Amino acid sequence: MARTALQDVLLTLVVSALLIWIMPMLIGTYTLTVLVIYGMLGLSLGLIWGFGGILCFGQAAFFGLGAYTYAIAAINIGESTLPMLLAVLVPAIFAALLGAMMFYGRLTDVYLGVITLVVTLILFKFVNSTAGPQYVIGKARLGGFNGIPGFQTLNVPGDPGAYIWGDPYYYVCAVALVIVFLLVTWLLRSSFGRIALGIRENEVRMGLMGYDVAARKTVMFAIGAAIAGLAGALFANWGEIVTPSLFSLGQSAEIIIWCIVGGLGTRIGPIIGAAGLAYLKFLLGQQSLIDNTLITGLILVLFVLFLPKGLAPAIAALFRAVFGRTRRKPDARRMRRARHG
Amino acid sequence: MDLTFVIIVETLYAVASLVLISAGLAVVFGMMKVINLAHGEFMMMGGYVTITAVGLGVNVFVAMLVIAPLVVGLIGLVVERLVIRHLYGRLVDTMLATWGLSLVFIGLATMIFGNTTTGISTPITGFAVGNYQINGYNFFIIVVSIVLVIGIYAVLRGTRAGLIARGAMQRSDMAAALGYSPDRIYMATFFCGSALSGLAGAVLAPLVGLVPTSGGAYIAKAFITVIAGGPALIAGLVSSATSFGVVSQVFTFAISPVFGEVALLVLAVILLRAMPQGITGRLFKGKL
Repeated sequence: MARTALQDVLLTLVVSALLIWIMPMLIGTYTLTVLVIYGMLGLSLGLIWGFGGILCFGQAAFFGLGAYTYAIAAINIGESTLPMLLAVLVPAIFAALLGAMMFYGRLTDVYLGVITLVVTLILFKFVNSTAGPQYVIGKARLGGFNGIPGFQTLNVPGDPGAYIWGDPYYYVCAVALVIVFLLVTWLLRSSFGRIALGIRENEVRMGLMGYDVAARKTVMFAIGAAIAGLAGALFANWGEIVTPSLFSLGQSAEIIIWCIVGGLGTRIGPIIGAAGLAYLKFLLGQQSLIDNTLITGLILVLFVLFLPKGLAPAIAALFRAVFGRTRRKPDARRMRRARHG
Repeated sequence: MDLTFVIIVETLYAVASLVLISAGLAVVFGMMKVINLAHGEFMMMGGYVTITAVGLGVNVFVAMLVIAPLVVGLIGLVVERLVIRHLYGRLVDTMLATWGLSLVFIGLATMIFGNTTTGISTPITGFAVGNYQINGYNFFIIVVSIVLVIGIYAVLRGTRAGLIARGAMQRSDMAAALGYSPDRIYMATFFCGSALSGLAGAVLAPLVGLVPTSGGAYIAKAFITVIAGGPALIAGLVSSATSFGVVSQVFTFAISPVFGEVALLVLAVILLRAMPQGITGRLFKGKL
């Protein structure tokens, strides 16, 4: 952390403003919006896995929960401000309960993975089976595998008639991502963030120093879920329909792949990984010669084998090697530890 | 009376299919502490090998019990040499790499067999018990699972190879010092695990419509069963498969199949929360 906080914020703002301005000239804003949303989803797992050391196999559960919460609340309320807030709060509360159950039970590693995976499956199976008319929350039918279409999409707060869609919606999402990114930066610079890093490195030692490890991990987990929930709500607005596939294992797998490819233990890595791979998938979807899944799988295998630290640290290392003196010491050991949950 | 019989058979079948689904993963995890998330795809490939072989005119039982395990075992061998042996001791990395492999296999299967449902008919006819019709093939699956469990036990307990494998599982450095290469033991173990996955996929193939993504339906259940079972290979497998199978069948008959599945998953969460080391980490310590 050689740069000061102010420099960090200014750099982020300048770079992101440039990107937000330039990118629509290269890619259509409709596609770009979803890339930005995926970037936020990647960041949510990047935060709890890369900095909190919590490998969650079910990040898609919070994403889907955010999307469903938004859809159901929007149908019942008919205005989008409160549903957006609920879409952040509900996954966060759900994650806090789930996290408290896991972390106070001292579950780690694989067991954490299994439980998060199982919870995702439960949600998926449950929502999938709610096609019948008896599954209704307020005015909203859950719709089972058909999903929920036709809810109120994002509008200017206080004016349900003024929808935000198309190009303006892209700018809303992009600004939301920048704000979340800055909040994550601030969180990691705060004492909470430093202690979270300590817990990731050595849980026992931090516990012996008097920090309440379980409580801090629970809070971290809930923050990650809140970000994923926000991404889910934005996604619901983008797609204008929510379906159970948001909860699917494939979705969870993709989030993990984004983080690995982008680079764990960095803030920008998961965002780049998410946007880059999602765009690659979009391009590959336009040809039928090679199966899409095959390429995603190959990328994951090759990255785990040959570039386990991901793109962002590798590019940073390359940059330093080419342009003279290292400003920061490369921190190989920390990366490796982070990957083991 | 008839209903009781049907429920007992269905419950036994549920337990047996869980044992079958999880056996390959349990061998690989129990012996090598490697979680093979491509396990479901190994099963899927077992199914496709069976269907292809039957299509070429091979007897269905030969295809299921001999050809499918051999072919999938060999694929597993290649995978172990190319990918997994570089990642021993890195639990999370192996999970991610095998997850990637599973996607690769799904992609390959889609390119080769197309994204359509294929299947073969069950080779054993059903019969009636009172007013209920029972699928005769369920008994075949129950028998195969029982033979499988006894077989694994016999090999591990009774043969020299089993002794070496158990030794390497407990202290690989000691096994190496005594002149047995852990590398080759792991290779053989992974071959056996993959072959078991192939066998399971092949035996279950007549019951499901096979699509390239079929593996996903198995992996979560197998993963949960194995982790909840804990460190002891056979005791863990049987005890967790029994508890999950019984609970899910009770809820299936009492409410609906969806609740059966959900009950299984909820039980898994409760079990892991109560016994983070798995059932055999707490109850049957030191057993096989």
